[in-house]
Amino acid sequence: MKDFDYAAPTTIDDAVGLLAKHNGRAKLLAGGTDLIVQLREFFREADVVVDVKKIAEVMDLRVEADGRLWIGAGVPCYRIYRDERVANSRGGLVDAARIIGGWQIQSRASIGGNLCNSSPAADSIPALIAERAVCHVAGPGGRRTVAVDEFCTAPGKNVLAAGEMLVGIEHPATAAKSASAYERFIPRNEMDIAVVGLGSWVRLDPTGKTIAEARIGLGAVAPTPLFAAEASQWLSGKPATEETFAQAGELAKKIAKPISDMRGPADYRVHLVGVLVRRTLATAVSRAAS
Amino acid sequence: MPRKHHIETTINGESTDFLCEARQSLLEVLRDTLHLTGAKEGCNNGNCGACTVLLDGQPVDSCLVLAVEVQGASIETVEGIAECGHLHAVQQCFLEDAALQCGVCTPGFIVAAKALLDRKPQPTEEDIRFDLAGNLCRCTGYDKIVRAVQNAAERLAAK
Ligand SMILES: Cc1cc2nc3c(=O)[nH]c(=O)nc-3n(C[C@H](O)[C@H](O)[C@H](O)COP(=O)(O)OP(=O)(O)OC[C@H]3O[C@@H](n4cnc5c(N)ncnc54)[C@H](O)[C@@H]3O)c2cc1C
Ligand code: FES
Ligand code: FES
Repeated sequence: MKDFDYAAPTTIDDAVGLLAKHNGRAKLLAGGTDLIVQLREFFREADVVVDVKKIAEVMDLRVEADGRLWIGAGVPCYRIYRDERVANSRGGLVDAARIIGGWQIQSRASIGGNLCNSSPAADSIPALIAERAVCHVAGPGGRRTVAVDEFCTAPGKNVLAAGEMLVGIEHPATAAKSASAYERFIPRNEMDIAVVGLGSWVRLDPTGKTIAEARIGLGAVAPTPLFAAEASQWLSGKPATEETFAQAGELAKKIAKPISDMRGPADYRVHLVGVLVRRTLATAVSRAAS
Repeated sequence: MPRKHHIETTINGESTDFLCEARQSLLEVLRDTLHLTGAKEGCNNGNCGACTVLLDGQPVDSCLVLAVEVQGASIETVEGIAECGHLHAVQQCFLEDAALQCGVCTPGFIVAAKALLDRKPQPTEEDIRFDLAGNLCRCTGYDKIVRAVQNAAERLAAK
C-alpha cells in the first residue's frame, strides 16, 4: 500500500476541515472493509486517511421517544443487529446487517460505509430505501439531507460533493402495524455478493388484513439501488395476500434493468425480483401483524 | 521516511506499544514488529479469516484494521488463548478431533470459535456454521471443525 497519513478528528467540523485542506486527496475511513482493500489494491489513493470513528455523533445509535432512529455513519453492523430496539422496528435493515460479510466483517463494516461505497449490490441500501431513511450530510456549506432513494448516482458514485461527508442516517418515526424485511439471492448461504437484493416495508391498516402503505427497494438490478415507485403505490389498499404480493412483484420487475455477469444472466435476475418481492412482502406483513 | 506513529495498546493482557506507519495493517505489525506470528495472512482482503483477532472483544480481520486505529484498544490473539500453559477447550478439541491439516486457518478458527462460545455457550450447528462463515479452510473440510466446536462447547459446559 502507498504511504499516507492518518488523522482521527473528534468533531464533524474538524473532519470537514481536513477534507477541505486536502482537496480531494483525503479519504474517509469508517470500518475500512471497502476502503482498505481499495487502497491496498490501488483502486484508490489517499494522502491522508480520515478516521471518523472518534466522532461521537458518527458512532451514535439512538432511538427517540417517537421511534425515530439515528444510525451514525460509522456504526458497525453488529451494533445494529444486537440492539433490540432496532431489531423490533427495522427488521429489514437488521436482516441486511446480519449478512454483510461474516462476523469479522460485521464487527467493522458500517451502514454508512455500505451506503458511501455505493455499490449497486450493497445489501443495506434496498432496506434503507424501503424504510424511508434519510442521509444527513455535512460539508463546507453546512448541513443538508438527502433521501436514501436519491443518494447513489452510478456504481461507486453518490451525491456527496467534494468536501462533504455522511454524518448519519435517520429513520422516520415508527407507525403501528408496520415492519420491513430484506432478502438477497446468492448461490450459497453467506459471504457472497447479491445476485438480487430486495427490501420491503409495509404498514397494515388497523384490521391487519389490508396494506395501507408499502415501499419496495431493489438492489443489483440497475447501476444504482432503486425505489420501485409504481409497485409501492399500487400496494396501497390491497389485501395482504399472496396474490397481491405476486402482482406487486410483476410491477417491480418492470423497472429492473440488470446486466448479465458471472452471478447470473439478466432475465434470471428479473425473475428473481418477482420471487423476492413476494417473499419479503410476506415476511414484512407477518412481522407487522405480530 | 514516512512518519511513524506511536501506538499504545493492550495485547493479551499486557500493555504493549509500538511504532508503525499509517499504511501498515494490524496483522503486519503483530507478525513483523511484535513477532506474534499466530495470526496468519491468507488473503489480505478480509475473505479468509486466518488473521482473526479480538479487538475490544469483537472478532475482526486484522488485515483490514490499520495498526494506527488500535490506539488505546485491547487485542487478543491466538497466543493469548491458552490459560496458564493449558490449552483452551477449543484448542484441545481441534487437536483431538483432527480439525486441522495444514493449520493455516486454525488460529483464526480458534479465535473466532472462542469468541462464539463466549457469547453463545450452547450454540446450534447452524449458529456455528453461520458465525464461522468468515473463516475459510481449504483442506480439512468444515464438518470436523464444526464437531470440534460442538465438543468444546460440551466440555466447557461440563466444567
Ligand atoms: C470479505 C468481505 C465481505 C463483504 N460482504 C459484503 C456483503 O455481503 N454485502 C455488502 O453489501 N457488502 C459487503 N462487503 C463490502 C463492505 O464490507 C461493506 O460495503 C461495508 O458496509 C463498508 O463499510 P465500512 O465501514 O467498512 O466502510 P469503509 O471501507 O470505511 O468506507 C467505504 C467507503 O465509504 C467512504 N466513507 C466512509 N465513511 C464515510 C462517511 N462518513 N462519509 C462519506 N464517505 C464515507 C470511504 O471513503 C469509502 O469510500 C464485504 C467486504 C468484504 C471485505
Ligand atoms: S488474511 Fe485477513 S481475512 Fe484473509
Ligand atoms: S487446515 Fe489447511 S486451510 Fe484449514
